[in-house]
Order: sequence, then structure tokens, then C-alpha cells
Amino acid sequence: MKIIVAIKQVPERDARIRIDAEGTWIDLQDVEFTLNESDAYALEEALQLKEEHGGEVVVLSAGPERVGKTIREALAKGADRAIHVESDDLAAYDALGVARLLAAAVKDEQADLILTGLQSDDLGLGQTGVILAELLGLPHASLILKIEAAEGGVKVLRELEDGWFQHVELPTPAVLTIQSGNSKLRYATLMGIKKAKTKEVRRVTPLELAAEPEASVVVLERVLLPNKQRTTQILGGSPAEAAAALVEKLRFEVRAL
Amino acid sequence: MSELTSGVLVFLEIKNREISRISWEAMAAAHTLAEGHGLSVDVALVSSPGNPIFETIHGKAPRTVYAIDHPLLHEYTADGFAAAYAQLIEQVNPSYVVFPHTYQVRDFAPCLATRFKQVLISDVTGIETHAGAETAPPTFIRQLLQGKLNAHYRHRGTGPCFLSIQAGAFRADAAEAGATTLATFEPRLDAAKIRTKPGEPFRASAQTVDLGSASILVSVGRGIKEEANLPIVQELATALGAELAASRPICDSGWLPMERQVGSSGQTVAPKVYLAIGISGAIQHLVGMKGSQCIVAINKDENAPIFEVADYGIVGDLFDVVPALTAAVLKAKG
Ligand SMILES: Cc1cc2nc3c(=O)[nH]c(=O)nc-3n(C[C@H](O)[C@H](O)[C@H](O)COP(=O)(O)OP(=O)(O)OC[C@H]3O[C@@H](n4cnc5c(N)ncnc54)[C@H](O)[C@@H]3O)c2cc1C
Repeated sequence: MKIIVAIKQVPERDARIRIDAEGTWIDLQDVEFTLNESDAYALEEALQLKEEHGGEVVVLSAGPERVGKTIREALAKGADRAIHVESDDLAAYDALGVARLLAAAVKDEQADLILTGLQSDDLGLGQTGVILAELLGLPHASLILKIEAAEGGVKVLRELEDGWFQHVELPTPAVLTIQSGNSKLRYATLMGIKKAKTKEVRRVTPLELAAEPEASVVVLERVLLPNKQRTTQILGGSPAEAAAALVEKLRFEVRAL
Repeated sequence: MSELTSGVLVFLEIKNREISRISWEAMAAAHTLAEGHGLSVDVALVSSPGNPIFETIHGKAPRTVYAIDHPLLHEYTADGFAAAYAQLIEQVNPSYVVFPHTYQVRDFAPCLATRFKQVLISDVTGIETHAGAETAPPTFIRQLLQGKLNAHYRHRGTGPCFLSIQAGAFRADAAEAGATTLATFEPRLDAAKIRTKPGEPFRASAQTVDLGSASILVSVGRGIKEEANLPIVQELATALGAELAASRPICDSGWLPMERQVGSSGQTVAPKVYLAIGISGAIQHLVGMKGSQCIVAINKDENAPIFEVADYGIVGDLFDVVPALTAAVLKAKG
């Protein structure tokens, strides 16, 4: 089975949030980056499928040079090779634009499965995988927890709302967007880290991929810190003082104790 | 796209034989948009036109209510829905297409928008219309970084603008009878073009705890760091006579069973007191607990979005605050 996993590098969850000079994103100075959470699960699913059925796992990522580090980490965990769509200017593309780049980068790969995380922890658009399927003319299923090989394709476990699930069968090649949480993520071994250094990373630029970049139809104009309309009563003091104050509130105002 | 447009087309969803609450909220968002731009609102729903549910479509007069009816739509597939919706959109030719941001919409709406060379503006929490609205397009607000940042988006160019509306962001319109025309829309669908085969929905496991009946919930999030630290929240729960609940990552890690997960993919709860401990307050968590009578947040990050919904907050390290709280509760209970 040949599996492509599209992964994204995103700011660490507890990154400090300061708005940049242009007012269109956060200041990335001093920000640490990491692999997007649901993408890590997509990679894990791919590696498990390969262990079970053989084949190849190719990671695909778009972004500036620093993304190379996240790609190496994926290679160290066991991916075989990588495609890096290198661009310092991905913010100029909307979701369709990014998906077009990814589609162009993999269209000749003849993969059986393309996996992505279900949404990024930074922009949270939750669309790239689904758009990619449409652009490549492939069937897809989203919010997937588990993948099993089935005749002519795959049988997947899809999460529904409120604790419900369903199985979906679909023919391959197909695109699946993976939800976090189904399996335990692996760590890279020392051996894996060593091997990753020699694995192939093919770098391509948007220009090489798309003859004519198309104008974005949706633009992010500016970002703002949420304006606080909270009515929260913050209980201050030492932990013991705050705790005592909270118990008072719960007893005499909420009447819950 | 032709320049003749009809306005706003809202797609509703049925859940448990009723039009879902989030669908009404999407309708409210559509009205906000329509009023700002002097547009009309049409509504569409996949169902046979004989379904009595159509009589429940209230709100400020939508012009036409389309019953999208076809045997191949009886169970949801992305291929079937995207094809059917695309045909209706071509016929109605709206300026805006509005969806509730549900799992189903997430599954097919990005495809559908792509067919129109558009991009879905997903999970919208606010719409600002501007004076001189005919020329100035509206601003759409959505959250980034799991609620820590807001972004303003704008749609450019011609062609319909696709939006999905976040749960709870708009207040569902109060019932107000409006004249509507029911129109049946029968899409042309080909069974051979539906590539996925969906199975029956099922629930994971028998429920052994009923979070819904607990009057106090102590809910723990990733701030707890390790499974080995869980006893400190368990002790607080015991002291309070509360049930233990959790955010998704805690259940994903297998530290607590999934039946204790609160949020859009878990339980929806509304206890008398909900204590969120080391939980950031992502929207998928908030939708499951924001109906609680009293919300208490304990978090070391004063900017954590959970404080936006909390009644009481303690900004601090849970490893100091929670044991102190347990001690204070035990003392108060004597
Ligand atoms: C389709 C979909 C469905 C989802 N369904 C659900 C769902 O049903 N339920 C759900 O909960 N999530 C759900 N999620 C995930 C959700 O988006 C968040 O990722 C999740 O809720 C985050 O959990 P958390 O708040 O525990 O962790 P984080 O977001 O990592 O927050 C941890 C918090 O702990 C605080 N903290 C850290 N250390 C300490 C300390 N020592 N003392 C005090 N505070 C500390 C941090 O400041 C932070 O605010 C879903 C996501 C998607 C995309």
C-alpha cells in the first residue's frame, strides 16, 4: 500500500500569542513549532498500515524552510521519503490554493491512500484534505479513527457527533482525514533519527507546481485578540485563599455545597 | 456566474427527527447577512416534501423552502449531498450559501465549494456588515489557535460565498410566523457516482456513568499532564460528591473512559456546577458544557478561552490550587 500523509507544522500549543506588525498573524519570533496534532495521528495510522500490509509512506508538507525539521521527525518515526512544497509565502494562499499545490505535488504518485489530519491547530479550517480529494477526483471520508483494508478499498471507522460512530467503505485510491486519539503515537528511535538523515526529501516550489497561481477567493484581513466580555469573577490570593473564597461562593451563592 | 442572484440560501439539517438547533442558528446568521445587504433568505432541507417537519420551519419569512428529495439521499454520502446541493445552488444562484458547522457539513461542504471554485469560510462566529453594503462585502469572524485569536475574513470576487456557522455563535431566531412556499427539488443523481458506502450509526459502548444526572462535575484536561496525577482531581471530586469528567485528550490517552468525555464528540452536560481544571476551553469542549449553571475554571493561563464562559476563575497552578480546594471543601463540610 502506498500512502501519502499530508502534515503541517504549527506553533506549539502554549506558544505566546502576540500579534505581528502587519496584524495578520502572530509574531513567530521565539515561537516553537510542532507537528499538528491530528496529522501526527494520520502519520501513525499510515505507519501501522505499512507495518501490516507493506508498502511505502510518503510525507508531504508545504511551508517555509523550517518545516524541514518536522519532515525529518516524520521520517525518523518511519516514513520512507518526503515531498516539501517550499514556500515562504503560504499565507497568500487560501485553503483551495494550498490544496492545489498539494494536489499538484502528488498527482503522479499513484498513491492508494492520502491521509491528512482533520484540521490544523492554528488556522483550524478543517478543509485541506477534503478539497484535495475533490481536486484529485477521489472519494473521501472525514473524521476517521481507524482504517482497515477491505476488498477493493478500505473500511474506515468514522466519528459522528455526541459519541456516535459509523463504518464507511470506500474504494481506493481515496483521501481520509484523520481524527486524533485512536492509537498511541510512537516516538522516533535513535536508529530512526539516524536513518532519517539519509532519506529523500524532494523540494519543489509553488512555481514549479502550478503554472499560474490563482487569486485567493477568501482573504484573512487581520487578526485580533478576542475582546474580553467576560463576567468571570477571578478569585485571587494564595491557593488556599482562592480555594476558601471559591468554597464560600459555592456554598452561599451557588448553594451547591 | 450570472449577476442575477437571489440572496442567501441556508441548508438545514435534521437531528433526532427535528431541525437541529445549530440549523436555526445558521438561519439566524443568514438573516443577519440578509438584512445587512437587503437580500432574501431561502431555505433547503433534504427530506420528502410530505414530512411534517416542514411545518416547523419558522422564523422571519424565508421565501422558498426547498425539499431536496431523492432516494439516494436517504442516507448521507458526501458524493450524493455535494451533487444534489450543487444542482440546487446552480438553480437558485444565491450570493451566500450558509450551513451549520456540523460533522456532516465539514465532510462535504469543502468539496461543494471547490466545485464553484470557492472556499468555504468555516466555523464562523460573527458577521459584520458594513454601510454601503452593496459595495462593501461583509467581514466574517472566525477563531484561530483554538479560540486564542480572532480573525477577520473577507470573500473576494464573484460567485457564491460559502459559510458554515459555529454552534452557539448566533441566537436562534424566536419563532415568528412567515409566509413560505414549499418547493420540491429533485436532483438528478446517479447511484454509480456515489463512491462511499456508509454503515448504520452506532454508539460505542454501554454507558455505565450518567454524567447528565450529576449535580457537580469535576472535569479535567491536559493541564493534569500525566495519568499518575489524576488522584488529585479524583480526591476533589470525592470531597464534593461530584462525578469526574474530562476533555477529549484525557479520554484519547485512555486515562479516563470515553463515556466521561464532555464536548461535541462526547456528552453534553448542564450540571449545577462544572469545574474545568486545566482545560483550555476549545469550542468543541465548550459546546458540551456551557449550559452549566455555574462554571468554575482553574487554569494557569489567564488568557485561556475557558475564562470567557466561567463564572468564577482561579488563575494558578492546578497542582497547588486543587489540593487547597479539596482541603477547603473538606473543612467546610466539617
Ligand atoms: C471534530 C472535533 C471534535 C472534538 N471533540 C471534542 C470533545 O468532544 N471534547 C473535547 O474536550 N475536545 C474535543 N475536541 C478537541 C478540542 O478541539 C481541544 O483540542 C481539546 O478540548 C483540548 O483539551 P484541553 O483543554 O484539555 O487541552 P489544552 O487545549 O491542551 O489545554 C490545557 C490547558 O491546561 C492549562 N494548564 C496546563 N498546565 C496547567 C497547570 N499546571 N495548572 C493549571 N492549568 C494548566 C493550559 O493553560 C491550557 O489552557 C474536538 C476537536 C475536533 C476537531
